[in-house]
Amino acid sequence: MTPLTAGATTPQPPRHPTRRLLRHLLPYWRRLLPAALAAAGSELAAAALMATAAWLITRAAQQPPLASVSLAIVAVRALALGRGALRYADRLLGHDGVLRAVAGFRTRVYEALVPLAPAGTPAFRDGDLLTRLVDDVDAAQDLLLRVLIPGAAACAVAAAATGTAAVLLPQAGVLLGLLLAVAGLLVPALVLALSRRAGHTEQAARGELAALTLDLIEGAADLAAYGAQDRAHGRVRHASARIAALERRKALTTSLASAVVLLCQGGAVVGVTWLALRAHADGVLSAVHLTVLAVLALVSFEALAPLPAAARRLSEVRASAGRLAVLFDRPPPVVDPPRPARLPVGGPVGVDIRGLRVRHRPDGPWALDGVSLRVPPGHRVVLLGASGSGKSTLIAALMRFVPYEAGSIRVGGRELREVSGADARRAITGMTQDAHVFHASIRANLLLARPDATDADLSEAARAARLLEWIESLPDRWETHLGGDGSAMSGGQRSRLLLARALLADPPVLVLDEPTEGLDPRTAAAVLTDILDATRGRTTLLVTHERSGLAAADQVVTLTGGPHPAPEVICQ
Amino acid sequence: MKPVERRLLRELPVLRRHMTYSAALALFGAGLVVAQAVLLATLLADGFAGRGSGIVLPTALGGVMALRALLVWARGGLARRAAADAKHALRDRIARRLRHTGPLDLAARRHGETATLLTRGLDALDPYVVGYLPTMTATAVVPLTVVAWLGWTDWASALIVVVTLPLIPVFGALVGMHTARRTARQWRLLARLGGHFLDVVAGLPTLRAFGRERHQTRVVGEMADAHRRATMRTLRVAFLSSFVLETVATLSVALVAVPVGLRLLGGELDLRTALIVLFLAPEAYLPLRAAGAAFHDSAEGIAVAERVFAILDEPGDRSADSGDGTRSAASQDTRPPHPSRRALLSLDEVTVHYADRAAPALHQVSLSVRRGEHVALIGPSGAGKSTLLALFLGFVAPGVGRVVVGGTDLADLDADEWRAQVAWVPQRPRLFAASVADNIRLGRPDASDAEVREAARAASADLFVEALPEAYDTVLGERGAGLSAGQRQRIALARAFLKDSPVLLLDEPTAHLDPESEAAVTRATVALMRGRTSLVVAHRTSLLPHADRIITVRAGRLTPAQPPLATQLVTS
Repeated sequence: MTPLTAGATTPQPPRHPTRRLLRHLLPYWRRLLPAALAAAGSELAAAALMATAAWLITRAAQQPPLASVSLAIVAVRALALGRGALRYADRLLGHDGVLRAVAGFRTRVYEALVPLAPAGTPAFRDGDLLTRLVDDVDAAQDLLLRVLIPGAAACAVAAAATGTAAVLLPQAGVLLGLLLAVAGLLVPALVLALSRRAGHTEQAARGELAALTLDLIEGAADLAAYGAQDRAHGRVRHASARIAALERRKALTTSLASAVVLLCQGGAVVGVTWLALRAHADGVLSAVHLTVLAVLALVSFEALAPLPAAARRLSEVRASAGRLAVLFDRPPPVVDPPRPARLPVGGPVGVDIRGLRVRHRPDGPWALDGVSLRVPPGHRVVLLGASGSGKSTLIAALMRFVPYEAGSIRVGGRELREVSGADARRAITGMTQDAHVFHASIRANLLLARPDATDADLSEAARAARLLEWIESLPDRWETHLGGDGSAMSGGQRSRLLLARALLADPPVLVLDEPTEGLDPRTAAAVLTDILDATRGRTTLLVTHERSGLAAADQVVTLTGGPHPAPEVICQ
Repeated sequence: MKPVERRLLRELPVLRRHMTYSAALALFGAGLVVAQAVLLATLLADGFAGRGSGIVLPTALGGVMALRALLVWARGGLARRAAADAKHALRDRIARRLRHTGPLDLAARRHGETATLLTRGLDALDPYVVGYLPTMTATAVVPLTVVAWLGWTDWASALIVVVTLPLIPVFGALVGMHTARRTARQWRLLARLGGHFLDVVAGLPTLRAFGRERHQTRVVGEMADAHRRATMRTLRVAFLSSFVLETVATLSVALVAVPVGLRLLGGELDLRTALIVLFLAPEAYLPLRAAGAAFHDSAEGIAVAERVFAILDEPGDRSADSGDGTRSAASQDTRPPHPSRRALLSLDEVTVHYADRAAPALHQVSLSVRRGEHVALIGPSGAGKSTLLALFLGFVAPGVGRVVVGGTDLADLDADEWRAQVAWVPQRPRLFAASVADNIRLGRPDASDAEVREAARAASADLFVEALPEAYDTVLGERGAGLSAGQRQRIALARAFLKDSPVLLLDEPTAHLDPESEAAVTRATVALMRGRTSLVVAHRTSLLPHADRIITVRAGRLTPAQPPLATQLVTS
């Protein structure tokens, strides 16, 4: 069995996604380097504190004059203070540098997304994908803060400890360096490889649970009516148990890494101490250095402790980086012509669509197959059609969000293909189906359409959309903050706000895509009547599946067909 | 410990067990730490004194360190298993809560959050269970053990540790209180700035529609920068607590080591004791330092637990019957329904009042439908037609009056048993993420392939199903993606055909369809109604000629409409 909706064009996974992500972040090295140095310094101070204290104690045991250990006493106190201060500096510098890098990276991602909105990537059709995309961008933060900076600190400590040990006793240095390499390089590499493999099974199980849960909640009535609730619940329980079983299995391998690091530490302590004791017995190594070596072996592994977790995080970051790389590689659906023509704007403009053919994939079925439609200047044309008949595709083609392969769209006599997308949208815009209400004031949400609009313009547009009374009844009036995709207002108010925005933009050709979607029939009819009232005399294309409230339209046209049969426009 | 945490521990035995194991393992671990310190100190002191140490001590040291590694493995493994089990238990309880929630309630309230909680949200418990809980138990056990041993070895050093140890929680709490006030003030600003990027990306299609996308590039950078500055203001204070913790801990090591050195100089102390003190002192502070970090990570887990309990504590549904057959007193003597000869479905002075609406959805409505009769309900949306069907499905219980089916009050029947006799086709049927055949089998999971094909043919769904890539085995995407609205409707009709129940409840089966699909669905619906008692909500006229009786529902009241001319011709 194959899923019906599997994308026909699965892009090749991009190569070296993490490296590409890093390339975006490296310009901030000037900010990140001090953080890494502070982190390394803090870890080195911790190790040096113990080593110096060990030196101090062993030297003192030889009962020399006080003067010969006074420097060590000062050093121990300084290191103890320095450790905390460096750690504080490391965390502050690290976060500051990383947030700067992420701020820059966000701008890059935004710029990459601009030509793709809305048809170039599925993220704009799916809120979950969009949220994940934003989380992916933030994964860059973890790459630096949780992987690279602790990694750099661990390297510094390992190198310093190995170097010091090698100077004191070469064979001890070799052993310590070897075991540090196993714990700090081999173990994280194995963790990385393992988590990459385990990730797929678990992801599939989680996807299954998500789908079944959605079925359970959204399909509750259908399940109850057909007595299938218990079966559906059984399936959810089963999927949940499967995830628990996978996680239990993973539990032992996950903590194994930390155990192996500790085992290496044990091996290093015993081995280095053994070598040092023999060297001391042979008279090659002083008693003071004997303790210092043992303590070095003990403390040098502490900086390695975060590495297994860092490796696990790295495998997640890699997945995020892969998705972002796909995004950066995506071609824009519509490319501007090399020398765009100007669109003659001014005076009433009409739209003439002939034989328009559009499809969403080069090898896909036609979403629009030979559609013809004329909107004369100053006329309000209503385009009716069932969901999936291609109405929104037509609007997207008019706004140059999707390309058309055949046919023509002429606006004011000019072929739309020959003008730039920005120019086309200056002439043809309005209310799209995915229109967004921003987390901002009502004023800011409206001004978006025309930044230079006066208060009088705003009031005029709101009045035409029959929103003015509501706005003026609010305690903060125009400054009322709208949050969470406009969830502070009702569906009707949301539609009216989007309508007011479209009216404020006042483009030569106004398009309104399903302005009553999600409204109850009575409100829908009222909104439609108001829209037709407010657009009198403007060139308007109104797309809807409502059939009531359209009496005032100059012309009503039906778009038939779905994804399978060839659609065509029937003019009445 | 917060009330939520206490409740988590009370209601999840696996977590209580986890706490017990963690305490035991922490105690064992503390013993190993002491043993390691003593063994290593003895080994080094022997070497210092020029005594040969033999093979026993190094072997014992290696053994102890290997045991520590084993312990870390066991502790991590058990903790992750506990987390997996705890999450599974909570998922199960949420799912069971959903099972006991009426389907209309599930549909009405936004349960997207519940679905997210069930799938990804619960993972926030991982740091709480794996990190925070074991660390807290270790804080209670380890410092005590280590200090006790220290006191026995060298009471003077132990005294320093005992005096400085409480400084960590005290300073931590002081700084924490100060930061909490400042963070609370910053929190809203941080949330707004942090959410800005998602808001702008989600609104990118709208920005492009109004030509404002370039302008926002700069804003994205500025907002990210403002977010960084606000975050850093908070972090500068927040990291102070870790700075204090770290400094107290390392400074205490210096405070212990320096006097020990001085006493060694004076010959008051032997090297072995001094080294034991040096090795053990940091171990006393370690759990407290870890607790500081773990506390930071636990907050999200606690918030998730709060959300879970909020869902579990939600009061029952607004309908008296949750559709699970676990009804109170009345369900004691459930009897299978006996369809009486005369009225099969009837309402007796029924009033339904939804809590969130001022006017009743149905007001003193009486209706009776004879066996084999076809009754059509018409009237504006929101008049109460769907509520009427929901009453007969047992999704809604009447506030006043009785719903009688087959001569028995529906309140006295087992809802599932009654629903076995009813087939329901809603306005927007839910198709599940399963094969087409399994979707048709919803009411009869044991139906043979031949029966499924027969039902599909009767619903005129056979042709398009066979055209699918894998015909009846094609797995449908989420919400039946890949099929048109009319095709989904016909699959739902096939479900009803296969269920072959004597009572049929149809809710506007042809709404939202284009004319072509409407004709096909109407044909299939009429075929399905033949010989079955049917209550049909019919907005469009195409089904009306097939009704024996037409009833208008208006503002929660019923008025009989004139029987159409076609009635006598069509009814069987």
